[in-house]
Amino acid sequence: MNARLLPYVLILPVTLFLCLFFLYPFVLVAKQAFSTGSGFTLDNFSEVTSYWKFPITMRNTLLLAAAVVPIQLALALLMATMVNRMQRGRDLVLYVWTIPLGISDLAAGIIWLAIFDQSGFLNSMMSGLGLIEKPVNLLTFQNPGIVFLAIMLAEIWRATAIMLVILVAGIGLIPKEYYEAAEVFGASKWKQFLRITLPLLRPSLQTALVLRVILAFEIFAVVAALGGTLFPVLMGETYAYQFDLLNSGAAAAMALIILAISIGFTLIILRILRVPKGATI
Amino acid sequence: MTVVTTDVAAPDTRKAGRFVYISAVALLCAWVLVPIYFLLINTLSSPETVNSFPKPFIPEFDLGSLQFFAGFAGMLTALKNSVLVAGMTMIMSILIGAPAGYALSRFDFRGKELFRLLILLTRAFPLPLLALPLAVMFIQTGLDDTVFGLALVHTTLAIPFSVLITFSLFSGIPIELEEAAWTLGCTRLTAFTKVVLPLILPGITASAIFAFVISWNEVFAAAVLTIENRTLTAFLLQNLDTSPLHLKFAGGFILVVPALIFIFAVRKYLFAMWGIANR
Repeated sequence: MNARLLPYVLILPVTLFLCLFFLYPFVLVAKQAFSTGSGFTLDNFSEVTSYWKFPITMRNTLLLAAAVVPIQLALALLMATMVNRMQRGRDLVLYVWTIPLGISDLAAGIIWLAIFDQSGFLNSMMSGLGLIEKPVNLLTFQNPGIVFLAIMLAEIWRATAIMLVILVAGIGLIPKEYYEAAEVFGASKWKQFLRITLPLLRPSLQTALVLRVILAFEIFAVVAALGGTLFPVLMGETYAYQFDLLNSGAAAAMALIILAISIGFTLIILRILRVPKGATI
Repeated sequence: MTVVTTDVAAPDTRKAGRFVYISAVALLCAWVLVPIYFLLINTLSSPETVNSFPKPFIPEFDLGSLQFFAGFAGMLTALKNSVLVAGMTMIMSILIGAPAGYALSRFDFRGKELFRLLILLTRAFPLPLLALPLAVMFIQTGLDDTVFGLALVHTTLAIPFSVLITFSLFSGIPIELEEAAWTLGCTRLTAFTKVVLPLILPGITASAIFAFVISWNEVFAAAVLTIENRTLTAFLLQNLDTSPLHLKFAGGFILVVPALIFIFAVRKYLFAMWGIANR
């Protein structure tokens, strides 16, 4: 076959597929969000944003992302540097640390439910230590702090692995010579981390943060398993609009709001961590 | 060089540092494993034990919960649906994605950057949201509530990964190997099937498994797009409020098992897959 045409033939299936199942649905969702049956309107948006629950769901989602993502970033960086200087057992430790990568958010929610549940392991441990007389129901509306903590822990537990993988791959691409040179000039490990690892890891940090932040706004099943309706988040409300209220216009508007937040934060992260033009490792 | 600098440091602080380091690694391993162990205890306990208090910290190896799970109406069908959807996603995402990965690694063509941007964009969007408009589209085409329809959506989720992963895998195979095959009388196609394919097959398998896991774990689109033919995640989600604890835990455990196996199977490739795909 003609060598000039071949690449286009090869990318054609993906392009067609994405047009049909990615671009086209986006047009549809936008159309649905901006119409209630007759012409262009913002009714759907004003409907969802004026609902009394909306500020709470928005605050919950943002708060959760703000609490979870920085901890995950720090933890993933720590784990990645720890693994980097490991001589023995590196493969085993990496396998264990990346296990949550394959675990769904729903399963993660259920796992942490086993701990925080009224007859769960946290209660069992506390009563074993004599801290409490009888099991306390931790996940109720009287304990919003504990519900938040449980969701936070489940998210940190589950989704740090994806950042870890990206960062470990990124650190692997940094040439060892830089560290050797730094060693010659007497730079401490901490200085090496600040002056070599962090700046050269910028592309990976970018990818990891963008991916993680977007997924943080999509949080859904963990919350459904642990908090139920106690801790409403944006994605859960979208689901409720679609199914419980059968209002797909409002659901589409919610979807676009989540999308707008995701794009906004992606742009901010790309801006802050931008890689200077032409800079490569 | 390193030896000289380390000898200067006092041996006591070095020992202490090493101790802190090892215990930190062990602690982080425990942080990952202990919650899974708790789930295992609950799964391998009788339903009565799961609902009782306080909990034992050793599983009693009773299959009551799992039997209840298997006997629960609709659960096995949901499990079957999950496997079917994930299998289809795996096959479609590789068949559609791998050629594009090859094209990206071997050719410079007009519009390559635009194409890469499209791929990256799909990865940067909250894709499960697409399930909402697709629900309407599927009703019009008769794909609603079918395993295949859901597999199409999951393929959209998995495709950016399969393109970028195969791109990085193909880039790891020197083009000189292919060129040598051409000079020895192979056509582009036979050179690919005889030289590149055998080398790339383990990596392709790894990225196929990754696609399987993506589909297996997906909750939102599955819950939106299926009603009768629920997948396991959708089924569990739908019954979260009503189902007894032992059912939730057994279901959660069944969700986790493939993850453990698959991450083990692809562990060598995880980092290679992300290394070049980042750039």
